[in-house]
Amino acid sequence: MFRLEGRTSTPAWFNLALPLVAIAATLILCSGLIAIAGAGVVEAYGVMISASLGDSYAITETLVRAAPMIFTGLAVAIAFRAKFWNIGAEGQLLAGAVASCFVGAIPMPGYLAMLLMALVGAAAGALVALVPATLRVKFKVDDVVSSLLLNSVIYYALMALIEGPWKDTFSGYPISPPIEDSANFPVLIEGTRLHLGVVVALIAAPLCWFLIARTTLGFRIRVTGENPEAARYGGINVQRVLLSTALLSGALAGLAGVGEVGGVHFQVMSDISPGYGYSGIVVAMLARLNPLGVVPAAIFLAAVMTGAEAMSRATGVPAFLSDVIQGTALLAMLVALLFTAYRIRRVGAQT
Amino acid sequence: MSAPLIEMRGITKSFGAVKANEAVDLSVAPGEILGLLGENGAGKTTLMNVLFGAYAPDAGEILVEGRPVAIHNSADALAAGIGMVHQHFHLAPRLTVLENLLIGIPGKSGRVDRARGLARLDEISRQYGLSLDPNLPVSALSVGEQQRLEIIKALFRGARLLILDEPTAVLAPSEVDGLFAALRSMAAQGLGIIFISHKLNEVRALTHRCVVLRHGKVAGRVEHPASTTSAEMAKLMCGHEIVPPVKQSSTPGASVLTLDRISTSAHAGTPLRDVSLFVRAGEILGIAGVSGNGQRALADVISGMLPPKAGAMTIAGKAVAQFSPRELQTLGLGRIPEDRMTTGLVTNLPLADSMVLPRIGTEAFSRKGLLNPAAIRAFAEQQIKAYDIRCPGPMVRAGALSGGNLQKALLARELAFDPKVLIVSQPTRGLDIGAARFIHEKFLAMRAKGCGIIIIGEDLEELLMLSDRIAVMYEGRIAGTLPSADATVARLGLMMTGAEGHA
Ligand SMILES: Nc1ncnc2c1ncn2[C@@H]1O[C@H](COP(=O)(O)OP(=O)(O)OP(=O)(O)O)[C@@H](O)[C@H]1O
Ligand SMILES: [Mg+2]
Repeated sequence: MFRLEGRTSTPAWFNLALPLVAIAATLILCSGLIAIAGAGVVEAYGVMISASLGDSYAITETLVRAAPMIFTGLAVAIAFRAKFWNIGAEGQLLAGAVASCFVGAIPMPGYLAMLLMALVGAAAGALVALVPATLRVKFKVDDVVSSLLLNSVIYYALMALIEGPWKDTFSGYPISPPIEDSANFPVLIEGTRLHLGVVVALIAAPLCWFLIARTTLGFRIRVTGENPEAARYGGINVQRVLLSTALLSGALAGLAGVGEVGGVHFQVMSDISPGYGYSGIVVAMLARLNPLGVVPAAIFLAAVMTGAEAMSRATGVPAFLSDVIQGTALLAMLVALLFTAYRIRRVGAQT
Repeated sequence: MSAPLIEMRGITKSFGAVKANEAVDLSVAPGEILGLLGENGAGKTTLMNVLFGAYAPDAGEILVEGRPVAIHNSADALAAGIGMVHQHFHLAPRLTVLENLLIGIPGKSGRVDRARGLARLDEISRQYGLSLDPNLPVSALSVGEQQRLEIIKALFRGARLLILDEPTAVLAPSEVDGLFAALRSMAAQGLGIIFISHKLNEVRALTHRCVVLRHGKVAGRVEHPASTTSAEMAKLMCGHEIVPPVKQSSTPGASVLTLDRISTSAHAGTPLRDVSLFVRAGEILGIAGVSGNGQRALADVISGMLPPKAGAMTIAGKAVAQFSPRELQTLGLGRIPEDRMTTGLVTNLPLADSMVLPRIGTEAFSRKGLLNPAAIRAFAEQQIKAYDIRCPGPMVRAGALSGGNLQKALLARELAFDPKVLIVSQPTRGLDIGAARFIHEKFLAMRAKGCGIIIIGEDLEELLMLSDRIAVMYEGRIAGTLPSADATVARLGLMMTGAEGHA
């Protein structure tokens, strides 16, 4: 017989091992589905790996996909640290995309356009995140619900825009007009899509880590998240910390949208984000809310997404497997987190 | 002597490198009240958790009425007739008393059998003198009543041995008498009881026999607690004598904290009504009173958690404007909250973080918004040494420390910056004698340095020993203030019931 027993501390290697174990468990669990779909498990995962990480082009594609999830992952990680339950990274991403696309369509020197796109996109995301945070601080409205519902509001507002006043007159499709060519983010490696935004994302992660670990704001965010009562008693303005966190989190999610507009799509359409905002939650959880962990976690999910498409083409397993893997990874991680608080003990053989 | 009801033999339980229990033998006979003593961290709770099935022991066995039993969880324990009242209650606040009793007890065909529950509750009430209104929601019960419910719950499930882990720590002195009467009646009717407490006079008054733990091992047994002195028991617990601190006479200086006709609006608990008081430099003011007479609101106002509705407050001559924790700290106020775990510390973060929390924005620990990790760590390490805080180091989770060490850490963080005024609530609740003595000495040392101290407490002996003056709170007002030379437990007790006023 086995039982769970409480523990007060966890060894250091545990923190690193947990996500790896969760990922391994995910791949094992999902291999059943691959088998049911009638493909060879080893073959299918092999195709996934080679298509996502097999050569330098594949790697750049995976990184391009990882970039928005690094941003949304950071957004969620920082928000969750303060226990501001921001489920709205998707809406904040869309807001950032729309705002930056507006700016990018105005003729001006390229570097200025890119800078303004980033600033305005971040501001738009921050503003959206401020809504659930303000509702919570002022009226005690549950932030999970309000931030989640806001995603739909923003999505349909975006649809209304690109179906109506903002519809691209040139193509006639429900997409926005493109941004100026000069505002397109520079490509770093000829012949790939690896754009400047990817590098910004990779730099953002250590910056966020620094913010959380080494600044007084980060200290206040951590303390407020762990124990708001003790934070208030210690002289921290808890409401202000929550609002600051929301601004920061929303800005990061907004930057995810900026990167997609400036570096990948150059315009806004209804499917500009295949749920990067929600994937950000998975990324943040896999990273255990550590900004540095967000990068590998986002790259893992990106590899799964790119790999799943190739696998689907090669073996006929539906590409939806990518979603299943994401969901399973989140569940596996949540189960794994249980073991930071509990250990399994074998209970004596006398039973 | 009758056969033991419960016997624990050679119980050993380790947490990593910490041996919380080592080869502990203990037995309780029917009708016996056994005291379990020991310093903070001696392993009392762990031992009882083993008995109640929360932890599996690494070695040793448990016998119920002479037969070895395997106890893997609380259901096994209850089946063996063992019930436990934890320090923190396990009740469903929105359900009624009766519903809480019936949780997990299947009635006929899966339905809850209220009628039988009521009958049984009635029976238990009459048998042991423990009454409670079955239809009240738990959220409406006082702490003492919730504890009574926990006891009834254990009896309801057929406990013949009742474990009480520091039951009196949460009770007002008047409630303690009621608890003891009930426990004596249970013992008289053949139940066995294990009673844990740090208050040795309680142990001497109630128990028939005591087991003393030190560092997880049995350090000694007391066969006749009533005729053993507290000093002897304390020596068994700590391994050395505990000398009471000496209070030097001092002449208080100017007032460092004044409250002028402070009133609060009703919040959780009794509001303050027109409270005026002062404390001078080098003086200790005790605040006595039956809990729930506004002490909570008083502590909250002074520490900045609850802005008053009316009235004024000054610290060292400066008027308080915002009543925010930050402002009060800046004016020179040090504070130790009643609830260390929820208000004082951040249990999931490193101890060092909790120790610098109130001053994180100051030059000492950060500059221009950037933390100075080396300074934070050095400060924590220095305080850990100065206050002899037992822990693996400054980066350990604060929640892993024992109560006494947590209290020392809080004291260290407030005293490190030489406050002009210090307000503390229940400073030694749950602490062993040694730790309590240490805290008392620190208070007296601060007093000698010219700090004005307000101690809100329920332990009258402690207040009488430390205070220069004692104010009694009754229904949100100051019922009277006495120089402690004129105060006695009896007189204070009378004032606490509102019977005698005194200016
Ligand atoms: N779950 C746990 N994991 C690790 N260590 C633990 C755990 N529970 C208790 N300990 C350690 O075991 C020792 C005994 O703790 P225990 O809580 O039994 O002491 P206690 O005698 O009840 O103290 P107190 O008077 O403060 O309640 C302490 O050193 C404590 O830190
Ligand atoms: Mg204990």
